[in-house]
Amino acid sequence: MIVANKNKIVKLAENIAADEQTSGRSLWADARTRFMHNKAAIASLVILVLIVLFSFIGPYFAVWTYEQIDWNTMGSAAILGMPSIETGHFFGTDDLGRDIYSRVIQGTQISLMVGVVGATIAVVVGTLYGATSGYIGGRTDQIMMRIVDILMAIPFMFVLILLLVVFGRSIVMLFVGIGLLSWLDMSRIVRGQTLSIKNKEFIEAAQATGVSDYKIIMRHIVPNLLGIVAVYATLLVPGIIITESFISFLGLGVQEPKTSWGALISEGAGTINYDTEWQLLFPLAFFVVTLFCIYFIGDGLRDALDPKER
Amino acid sequence: MSFLEINNLNVEFDTADGIVRAVNNVSFTLDQGKILAIVGESGSGKSQTVFAMMGLLDQNGRATGSVKFEGEEILNLSITELNSVRAEKIAMIFQDPMTSLNPYMRISEQMAEVLIHHKGLSKTEAIQQSINLLDAVKIPEAKSRIRMYPHEFSGGMRQRVMIAMSLLCRPKLLIADEPTTALDVTVQAQIMHLLADIQKEFGTSIILITHNLGVVAGNSDDTLVMYGGQVMEVGLTEQVYANPTHPYTQGLMSAVPRLDDKANKLKTIKGNPPNMMLVPVGCPFSPRCKNSQSVCATKIPELLSTGTKNHQRACHVAFEELL
Amino acid sequence: MNHQTILQVENLKVNFDVSTEGDMPWTKRKKLKAVDDVSFSLQSGETLGIVGESGCGKSTLARAIIRMVPTESGNALWFGDDLLKLDKISMRKHRKEIQMIFQDPLASLNPRMNIGQIIAEPLKTHYPKTSKEDIKSRVQDVMDKVGLLHNLINRYPHEFSGGQCQRIGIARALILKPKLIICDEPVSALDVSIQAQVINLLMELQSEMGLTLIFIAHDLSIVKHISNKIMVLYLGNMVEMANSVDIYAHPRHPYTQALISAVPIPDPKIEKNKELILIEGDLPSPINPPSGCVFRTRCQKAQEICAKEKPNMKNFNDSHMVACHFSG
Repeated sequence: MIVANKNKIVKLAENIAADEQTSGRSLWADARTRFMHNKAAIASLVILVLIVLFSFIGPYFAVWTYEQIDWNTMGSAAILGMPSIETGHFFGTDDLGRDIYSRVIQGTQISLMVGVVGATIAVVVGTLYGATSGYIGGRTDQIMMRIVDILMAIPFMFVLILLLVVFGRSIVMLFVGIGLLSWLDMSRIVRGQTLSIKNKEFIEAAQATGVSDYKIIMRHIVPNLLGIVAVYATLLVPGIIITESFISFLGLGVQEPKTSWGALISEGAGTINYDTEWQLLFPLAFFVVTLFCIYFIGDGLRDALDPKER
Repeated sequence: MSFLEINNLNVEFDTADGIVRAVNNVSFTLDQGKILAIVGESGSGKSQTVFAMMGLLDQNGRATGSVKFEGEEILNLSITELNSVRAEKIAMIFQDPMTSLNPYMRISEQMAEVLIHHKGLSKTEAIQQSINLLDAVKIPEAKSRIRMYPHEFSGGMRQRVMIAMSLLCRPKLLIADEPTTALDVTVQAQIMHLLADIQKEFGTSIILITHNLGVVAGNSDDTLVMYGGQVMEVGLTEQVYANPTHPYTQGLMSAVPRLDDKANKLKTIKGNPPNMMLVPVGCPFSPRCKNSQSVCATKIPELLSTGTKNHQRACHVAFEELL
Repeated sequence: MNHQTILQVENLKVNFDVSTEGDMPWTKRKKLKAVDDVSFSLQSGETLGIVGESGCGKSTLARAIIRMVPTESGNALWFGDDLLKLDKISMRKHRKEIQMIFQDPLASLNPRMNIGQIIAEPLKTHYPKTSKEDIKSRVQDVMDKVGLLHNLINRYPHEFSGGQCQRIGIARALILKPKLIICDEPVSALDVSIQAQVINLLMELQSEMGLTLIFIAHDLSIVKHISNKIMVLYLGNMVEMANSVDIYAHPRHPYTQALISAVPIPDPKIEKNKELILIEGDLPSPINPPSGCVFRTRCQKAQEICAKEKPNMKNFNDSHMVACHFSG
């Protein structure tokens, strides 16, 4: 027989009357609200979305494909290859007479894809590796982290170039190379976060209840890591794009006729003395604007997910 | 002229969710040489009241009203004027001695800094006076210990160092914001004993902020009870404890378990501490008060005398009619 | 309260390896004796209070019993099974029967889960085949018991006050209908008026559900209120154990006497006339505890024998034990 407690009974009565379950306001919702108030971040998000849309929809407006050669302008790009609507070369042509508009679209697709796929690999591998290492702790953690240290000590560019030269240039190789090395930083960060989360009382509570280690990592630790992971992932994407651009700039990136921002910038920079600025400016503009947007979004995410909530 | 006179003090904060009024029309006085305890729970505004006095409010905080110390207005002074008040006239010690001391500086440097800045002493003189004060607060081997870093001291020792630092310029008023909350009970007894000694030796007046009714009982002359940013009851400590006249004070007294008591069940105050974003229009305690009447929710009660000397309460319901 | 002994702890020792300043990676680590030879028995339905100040080992003791920290030696017999020697699977079965509530109410709840999920987790962990409807109704039952409205079930921890968070923690501990709940400083982080609510709730639930409680706190007033018998710890050692009335009326160990004298009573007349027993000095380092009786460096009664011989727990009468050479 429950000890009669007037307060409890009154509450129960109210409860029966109004039994609609109000939904809670999760921390993600709070973060989303804060993010929405960040004008720079929202503007950047909009611009980035437009750029991505451009890379999908742009081809429908293209007059030339990215590999078609316009024999008219070949050789005299400076005079005849200027950006114009009539010729269909909205962004002008390069020295071989290829349409820069389509090539920029192509480059955007490739560069963004490398960035996103690379970041995804880094996030997935890095998070699982770091969370496991941090949670298990002890000697296993030490060994796992020393492996990371050793891998990080290897000069990244050197290895990547070596791989590309030995196995030939291909997009797959690019992914493998970049993916192999970009998860290292992420794993360090995730491990650090895991160490601090591990000591929180709700983890103790789960252990005291008898929840299995696997479930603790997946249900309790990883969701609380996602904030930091999201922020660092957005900061990884520009880094990967820059790496890929540099490789392409060196001439070792994607194979012709496919192209990327780096390759386009490389070509454009080479002809800058010949009055064909558009060859450099258009790809460069896309490159710079996209990176700026991603950085602003990353900053916005970091502010939105601020420890105030913790 | 009172030693310390606070009139109609209001403290508001601009937050993303609106304006929060942490302190609402608070007035009280303190006589020289006395110890005033301000008691309250979270949201009572007790800490913000003293922060406002010392100019320590956050960036988004605003204080209005009057705070007169020895006849002079000290509320909202400029930084330069305020710095001559701080440490020299009014000093403050905080709850967590670990974070109040700079972990990268030796104690000697931190203490000497106060004297060099405020009294223009040379470093050697400053350190010598600091050692003297560490002796006064009973830190053993002060001369060698003063060269240590904060983390090399225990919690109780650090609090003693804080007290010594606060006394360097012989302030007339010491404000202690929850000085023993983070300490063990035996250490708490030592520190409160020390504060009582300090008070006798230096004649310092003390404002003691705490939520611990036991500490207040043994260490204060007057008690002021705050709730939801307002004063609920104020009077001589002995009076307030022997005859609590406000429903909140009464509720608080019966909710605290006593070591010498054999009661089986604690009488609780229903409900939760106030959400300062949604303070009710009238008396902030009305949602939890079993004596609440319709006027309580709409009109703020005035602080009026209870009939006994210096004993005041802010309640619409007459004492005799309380349940 | 029937008098069946459900938990018997014998000679429990917990040590931690610590490295001090100046240690090289190969130097042998020093041992910190967090819990040094503690024994007690717990009867069904009673509340054992464990008090002590920082470094006394009370939290470590609680965690050692349920194997959340490794033990050096000793037994913890739970209905005859030694919890410290069981394999993981058998231990898991007993975890259903022993639950814990923690000091920081908000930190003990996963901020990314709503309270319905938090409270249901123990149930899902041990009875994974329970249907959704059953889970929901069990969660609602236990929310009723602790005074939480059903419609709050989808809310997140940060939307609640400290006292409500602690109720959620209690609900989570109750859902498996445990026999023992270990409460580790459950009200220290709460406002005074809310502490009383939670204490009353725990006491009601105890009598309703026939629970046994281990209540750990540093606030002696609260511990005395809720406990039947109280154990006083100092630097990992038991110094006194008695029922709650006796320990206040007749404390026999010098440390207990000082502790009780230090607890402030909300009564100005009593406080101002109190004869305070002040212990001087600081807590000794647990890495290098004093020889013999660990309290001797701060004890007014200390004599030569205290440094040479560690006092054993002596029985005064059935329920009052003290570890001191001079308690008389």
